[in-house]
Amino acid sequence: MTGFSPNAVLSPDDREPTNWQSARMRRRVEARYRAELFFKLAGLGALLLAGAFLAFLLFTIVRDGASGFRHSEVRISVQFSPQLLGIDPVAASGPDAAAVIRRGDYVGLMQATTAQLGLPVDVVSEGAWLALRRAVTDDPRVLGTTRTLWVPVTSSIDLLAKGKFDLARPAISRGISDRDVAAWRSLESRGLLRMRFNSLFMTEADSTAPELAGIAGAALGSLLTVLVALGLAFPIGVMAAVYLEEFAPRNRWTDMIEVSINNLAAVPSIIFGLLGLAVFLNFFNMPRSAPVVGGATLALMTMPVIVIAARLAIKAVPPSIRDAGLGIGASPIQLVFHHILPIALPGIMTGSIIGTARALGETAPLLLIGMRAFVTDVPQGFASPATVLPVQIFLWSDDVQRGFVEKTSAAIIVLLVVLLLLNSVAIYLRNRYERQL
Amino acid sequence: MSLFAILLLLLGLGALALWLGTRKGVAMRRARGSGIGTINSLPGYHGGFVALVALAPALLLLAIWAISGERLVEHQVLESVPAAARPVSAGDQAVFMSEVRGLAAGEIETAFNPAAGRAATIYKATRNTDNLAICGLAVVLMAIAGLWAWSHLQAKFRARRAVERVVYWLLTLASVVAIATTFGIVLSLLFESMRFFDRVSPLEFLTGTRWSPQTAIRADQVGSSGAFGAVPLFWGTIFIGAIIAMIVAIPLGLMSAIYLTQYANPRVRRALKPMLELLAGVPTVVYGFFAALTVAPAVRDFGVAIGFTNASAESALAAGAVMGIMIIPFVSSMADDALTAVPQAMRDGSLAMGATRSETVRKVLVPAALPGIVGGVLLAVSRAIGETMIVVMAAGLAANLTVNPFESVTTVTAQIVALLTGDQEFDSAKTLSAFALGLTLFGITLLLNIYALSVVRKYREAYE
Repeated sequence: MTGFSPNAVLSPDDREPTNWQSARMRRRVEARYRAELFFKLAGLGALLLAGAFLAFLLFTIVRDGASGFRHSEVRISVQFSPQLLGIDPVAASGPDAAAVIRRGDYVGLMQATTAQLGLPVDVVSEGAWLALRRAVTDDPRVLGTTRTLWVPVTSSIDLLAKGKFDLARPAISRGISDRDVAAWRSLESRGLLRMRFNSLFMTEADSTAPELAGIAGAALGSLLTVLVALGLAFPIGVMAAVYLEEFAPRNRWTDMIEVSINNLAAVPSIIFGLLGLAVFLNFFNMPRSAPVVGGATLALMTMPVIVIAARLAIKAVPPSIRDAGLGIGASPIQLVFHHILPIALPGIMTGSIIGTARALGETAPLLLIGMRAFVTDVPQGFASPATVLPVQIFLWSDDVQRGFVEKTSAAIIVLLVVLLLLNSVAIYLRNRYERQL
Repeated sequence: MSLFAILLLLLGLGALALWLGTRKGVAMRRARGSGIGTINSLPGYHGGFVALVALAPALLLLAIWAISGERLVEHQVLESVPAAARPVSAGDQAVFMSEVRGLAAGEIETAFNPAAGRAATIYKATRNTDNLAICGLAVVLMAIAGLWAWSHLQAKFRARRAVERVVYWLLTLASVVAIATTFGIVLSLLFESMRFFDRVSPLEFLTGTRWSPQTAIRADQVGSSGAFGAVPLFWGTIFIGAIIAMIVAIPLGLMSAIYLTQYANPRVRRALKPMLELLAGVPTVVYGFFAALTVAPAVRDFGVAIGFTNASAESALAAGAVMGIMIIPFVSSMADDALTAVPQAMRDGSLAMGATRSETVRKVLVPAALPGIVGGVLLAVSRAIGETMIVVMAAGLAANLTVNPFESVTTVTAQIVALLTGDQEFDSAKTLSAFALGLTLFGITLLLNIYALSVVRKYREAYE
């Protein structure tokens, strides 16, 4: 078929049938199939790359963080001498015993005890004297006796015991002094060290010493903050969703509400921090660093998420329920509270849990309202200074002390496990709910 | 007595009012005999009416007190300080009061101002007596309103109508919170930015190329005159969020979506989708830690290996790449929605003509879904430029105007955090500049969101 003029009538005979067996055609088909395969593999590769990154991230965090849940302890034999402690044994069994025991010089006793180890560096943690006080408080009869105790060691010795340093490198570049290494070798050879579950990490608040720092304070702060956030955002969000779905007239006012909810869901989280700083702290004079302010700020952030999820759930309630309810004489408000909300609840819960998970992992707005305070105590209430888990992670990651690396990773593991649990609950609810409707 | 305790007390009394009203309703129903039409509303609505009427004035009083009470106490405390020691300017008063509050709460041991110690005791005492007075007033108000409502109850009284009207207004009020938040953001940012622009001209802020917000503490100090040219920050934000992150996120996210929607069988999809959701669920502070500790050193070593001797440990590339990975699930799910919205007939037609699946995707589906995909990418950009923790932890604070991805740049969000954390007075240009940056960020993300959402919506309508 050569040359084409408008007058020529194309008849099937003019055109040769495609010869699929010809070498040229085969090459072409092969090239197309190759492109197809390549494209498919590229798609799979993209997914696998994302998966590999996730796996690598989790791997490094677990590798660095798993050791944060264990710590080394050193065996010391303590002579609880009342003279060294400055405690009168008679008063210690008297009516005022608790106060007398509290006043004892445990730091001094600890120094005297560690001197017996005969090492040139401090190997016992600066907070280890608390263990001595606890021993006496638990049982005042130890006074005057000699007991064997296991107490936490300093971060350097702990990291050495965990093999975190490359000892083959010269002292200048391995980040630990020869004296520490020698002290650790000496303790190890005398069999005075053991590795145990780090209960301090789970029960203590922040500290300047890595071996004494724990996440309990931050975890409680997170709990209080999220309680406030959810306590505000859940009722307001559900009520707003009910209004928009069931009662709102279609007018400009309603459109404005809808537009602002959709936009709020996409506003960067740090803007909410600025809002919290300008309004809650500077205008209303609310306490800085407090869970109540953090919670209120996060509530503003979580509310649009809950409204959007709740509207979808309410929309999914079958119209027959509405018709039946109104048909037997329920008022619109009764219909909503007696019939629609109970049916939509699992969907609303799913959205709320996902919103909560997001609030729990949020850091930036809380930094701005001062929840990065260094808090060494477990928060006492909604208005006292506190920090939250993600901020604690941020603070520790900023710390130059090497011992905080494993603490940071361990805290991340805890946070991720909590988030994973929350999301699993949300997915479980969603699956059950989808099957019902 | 704390405000929270007063609130709990009032709510407890409200429950009591509910019970009393319901009891009267039950009694009225019993007197009339049971059955429909004997009393207008169910006893529960009578109880609800009494509780609502009783609670309303007391809660209103408490709310007003919670907002304005602090000012009143502050005034009383300042009056109590001897005139000689009393701070005069508003700024000094604020500093003095924050010291007093710190002392009263036991957060600080000793105050700078010697008068603060005595003022703290007065503050505590005033706070306590004022709270007690308000509590008593609220309870009295509650009793009066509750008794009036209780005596108002009759068999013919339409308690349900009254209660439902209140509920309706509460629902309306809840939906107004969204607008109030939006206005709150706009107003607070505008207000603080105006104060900033009083000191620094908007033109200098938007076009200046030198950013050095440290203002001199002493007049003779060198090198800290305070320069507020934000162009390096805008460039850093775009470089990390809109360029590097998108170079990572768009191909990976789009290809993932194509594979999941076009190639993967349902079993594979069920296994791989949660993985993307997991990637989306990791908190940003974790990505930031990972970027700073693992990715950044690797990127620096790589930069040095290929000849960039000035490669920084806080490089734009490390922060941007990790941010891109964080955004993958977002791009993927937007592209997923756009691709599945393309009518099946178009896909079937292309396949029936003999096109392979990849040809269908490249020549039919992606062009047809392009507006949706572009909208999704714009939303992803808006999210990336508002992202904070990754850049705070991995990108550093050096305001450089550079296109070298191995050098350190800073972003708007990282600067906001740097400017507003730590102790500083609230009035300095340095602190206020954070609000101007916030306003810019809010404006840009708002425009991006509105435009992207309208593109996505128009595109969906075209195929519906």
